[in-house]
Amino acid sequence: MTQQTGHKISDSTFAFIGCSEVQESLGQQAEDEKELAELVEEVPLDSIHFHTHSYFLRHRFIERAYPNDFSQWVVMQVGDHVLGERLAVVDPFDYPNLEDLREEIISIIDDHLSRMSTIPRVVFGEPFHFKRSRILEVPIGLEARSLGEFRQVVSEVDVSAIYFHMFEAHFRLGREESDFSAWIRSGLDLHELADRIRSINPYLGSLERLRSSLITVCDEFLARV
Amino acid sequence: MTTALDDYREVSPKGTVDFLYRLSDLVKGKSVVHVSAVRYGGGAAELLRRLVPMMTALGVEARWEVIAGTQEFFAVVKRLTDALQGRDEKITEDMYQTFREINERNAKTLSLEADMIMIHDHQPAGMVEYRASGAWLWRCHLDLSQPQRRAWTFLRRYALKYDAAIFSLSSFAQRLPIPKFLMYPSIDPLSPKNREMTRSEINQIVDRLGIPRTKPMILQVAKFERFKDPLGAIQAYRIVKKHHDCRLVLAGSGVMHDPEGEAVLAEAREAAGRDPDIHLVQLPPEADLEINALQRTATVVLQKSIREGFGVTVSEAMWKGKPVVGGNAEGIAAQIIDEVTGYVVHSAEGAGFRLRHLLNNPGLIARMGAAGREHVRRNFFITRQLGDFLTLMKIMSPQ
Repeated sequence: MTQQTGHKISDSTFAFIGCSEVQESLGQQAEDEKELAELVEEVPLDSIHFHTHSYFLRHRFIERAYPNDFSQWVVMQVGDHVLGERLAVVDPFDYPNLEDLREEIISIIDDHLSRMSTIPRVVFGEPFHFKRSRILEVPIGLEARSLGEFRQVVSEVDVSAIYFHMFEAHFRLGREESDFSAWIRSGLDLHELADRIRSINPYLGSLERLRSSLITVCDEFLARV
Repeated sequence: MTTALDDYREVSPKGTVDFLYRLSDLVKGKSVVHVSAVRYGGGAAELLRRLVPMMTALGVEARWEVIAGTQEFFAVVKRLTDALQGRDEKITEDMYQTFREINERNAKTLSLEADMIMIHDHQPAGMVEYRASGAWLWRCHLDLSQPQRRAWTFLRRYALKYDAAIFSLSSFAQRLPIPKFLMYPSIDPLSPKNREMTRSEINQIVDRLGIPRTKPMILQVAKFERFKDPLGAIQAYRIVKKHHDCRLVLAGSGVMHDPEGEAVLAEAREAAGRDPDIHLVQLPPEADLEINALQRTATVVLQKSIREGFGVTVSEAMWKGKPVVGGNAEGIAAQIIDEVTGYVVHSAEGAGFRLRHLLNNPGLIARMGAAGREHVRRNFFITRQLGDFLTLMKIMSPQ
């Protein structure tokens, strides 16, 4: 298959999988930034995943001011804008695994605290409650065998499928790239398009915005062939 | 009236209904029995009345049992409710014994054979002593963040015997060595309280309630209880009134047989004085259409509570496209995205300031209202909660 065969039927079908999340409280909470760092070090990696990645599953439509729970809490509840801004620009996409991401978060908080004379804490706000999620994979019975079909399903599928294939597969399940770009590369043999999809940073907006980006990239490609 | 899941296609986010059908395939044929204290009145009953038929339609063997109790038992559990929410209540050993006996009697008479048994709130929580098969989950709808120690010690012994507990928010939970799941309450967009209404239908109801539609309306829907802070709402209104000719409507269910309600209503009447633009409306129980019409008529909605179980009235109002100014009670703050769908405030002055700001900016009211409606569509619909229950069934029930 060549780069010009966007409508070609692939031998391998892409089966869309959605997911359903149930949140679980770990019963641990931080009331100041030092406790936050200590607990970030201690909690299971699932909890780091929850507060950074599956944040998007919980905020599918509206983009919040800060893109992970840690920065959101530090700004909104503690009122520490400097640390909040530093945590906000941590891009989980830059780290090969959750352990490295955890270390980066701890290092930023420790560095920030080393420059402070007192430890910022919640005075009137709420403590940070550590949670994790149990994610259930749900085969949703929709498949694609061509780029056209793929684009169509992406436009109408439950947005949890976008989350599963772009975030879960890549980060929690340790796959090298997102399921979408992997299938477009190997199933459709469309390397340029696969690279473009791979280059979409899923952390820069809501899941709905990510859906729109995927559709736009597919439409641009289909218009050229 | 039973609503079919397909009816939600029009209002739910893209793909939601199809996703729920696929999710239900994973638990098809499994059985669940919900147990609650009452069939009418209260959030649990309102939820189960709609959720159980939906689960059945999806191929889950879902049942809903209601416990039978004596007048004495319901007086005891009312005291227990208050004590668990932090009020100073005296509960004697005889009262605890009544609780145990009624729970034992119900455990022996109700049919509780299922893959998953979900006990709603504390009234039937003691039945877990007699558990036979299946996974037992305790769904606590109360805020247990500051319970009276003895009441919680009594209940905790039962909580430990469950396979998991479910709370509305992390902060509502107490320390327990069992999994603690979190599940936000939800609203049903097709129920009488939230369904679309025609303009004439709305006007007819609001006219019947005796509320003129001639000025911008600030609305608070809440029981007449101190925790709902009706006096704070009146104080906030007075701050706004200096600059805007508006109306305040405080609407809540009746206060008959409720000494605290009567006292709070009397205090609110006194605070309102002779102001013809303050309306204290006592609604009949389950006045769903009246609440719907009032929320649709309101210009902005206020929920000035100091403490809340969760306060789904916030989501109900946002679904109707109204920005909500809410007190910093946890359930309310969990629903409002501050400065996007409304404002979270910490005082009556803060409420007045934000209400005034909104009434000064009609464009902002429209923008926040639209964002709130989408926020509720994505996060607080019953379809989301149905998905939560189906997921829990898959995770918790025996394979």
